[in-house]
Amino acid sequence: MAKVKSLADLKRMKEELQSKMDLREKSNDPEGLVQIKVAMATCGIASGAKEVMEFLIEETAKRGIRTVVTQTGCMGYCYAEPTIEVQIPGKEPIVFGDVDIKKADQIVEKYIKNGELVDGIIPVNYKTLD
Amino acid sequence: MKDLSLHIMDIIQNSVRAEASNVELEIREDLEKDIYSIFIKDDGCGMSDEVLSKVLDPFFTTRTTRKVGLGLSLLKQSAEQTGGKLEIHSKEGVGTELQVLFSHKNIDRPVIGDIAGVIVLLVSANPNMDFIYKHHTIKGEYIFDTKEVKEILEDVSVTDPNIMQYLKELINENLNTII
Repeated sequence: MAKVKSLADLKRMKEELQSKMDLREKSNDPEGLVQIKVAMATCGIASGAKEVMEFLIEETAKRGIRTVVTQTGCMGYCYAEPTIEVQIPGKEPIVFGDVDIKKADQIVEKYIKNGELVDGIIPVNYKTLD
Repeated sequence: MKDLSLHIMDIIQNSVRAEASNVELEIREDLEKDIYSIFIKDDGCGMSDEVLSKVLDPFFTTRTTRKVGLGLSLLKQSAEQTGGKLEIHSKEGVGTELQVLFSHKNIDRPVIGDIAGVIVLLVSANPNMDFIYKHHTIKGEYIFDTKEVKEILEDVSVTDPNIMQYLKELINENLNTII
C-alpha cells in the first residue's frame, strides 16, 4: 500500500512553497486582487456552489490570476443559485446567477481577464452581505 | 442535498454565522448497532429557547434576504427517512450542539460524499476559525485538527490553493484507511 500522507509531509511542502511563492505579498494586499464571493447558504450548496467554488480556486490559481475566493450567505436570489459576486479592483461588484462550471469558466476568461460582460448578471441593486 | 457532506457544510455555515471560533465535527459509524451518527458542536453565540424551539420550522430563519430556512429541516427529514432523528441543544453565549442519527444500512441514508473537500473549503473560507474533524469506524479513528495544521504552516495561509489541495488529499487518504 502506498504511504498515506501525514502532517510531517505538510511541513516539507510548506517550506517548498515559501521558497518559491509570494504568499506574503498576497496576504498583504487583498484590495488589489480580484475578489470573488460564492453564495454558500442552503440554496447555494444544494445547487452546486461547492463545485463552483473549488473550480474558481483551482482554476484562477492555475491560470495565474490572483484572486481571493470567499464564501458569503444568501443574497435572496435563491432561484438563480449558484450565484457569485465578482469584484475587480476599481470596479463595482457584479453578481452572476446560475453559475455552473461552464459559466464560471466564461466569467474567468471573459469578465475577469478582459472585462467583457457575460450572460446571467443579476441586474438589481443589491447590497453586499457582511 | 446530494450527500451528507453537503448537509454538514450547510449546518456548519450556521456556526460560522454564529461567530464560533471552534467547530467540532464527529462522525461515528457503527455497523453493529446500525448507527451512522453526525455530531457537530460549536462555541458560537448560541440561541435562546424561543429561537431554538423554531429552528426546525422550515419557515423560520434569522436571515432578512428570504423567508425560509431549510437547512436543518432538510437534514432532519433526511435522518427521519432512515428511521433516525435530529436533536439540537443550545445555550446563549455558550454554543450549540447538534446530533443527527441515521440508520447506517438504510438505503435512504445519503452517502458521505466529498467530506474532505467540504472540510478544506470551510477551513480556507474561515481561516480565523479552528475545526476538528473526527471520524470513527470499526477499523479505527482519524482526527484532523486545524490547530495542528496551522502550527506547521506558521505564516503560510490555509487559503493557498496548493495547501488546500494537499489537505484534501491528506484527509482523503487517511479516511480511506478506515472506511
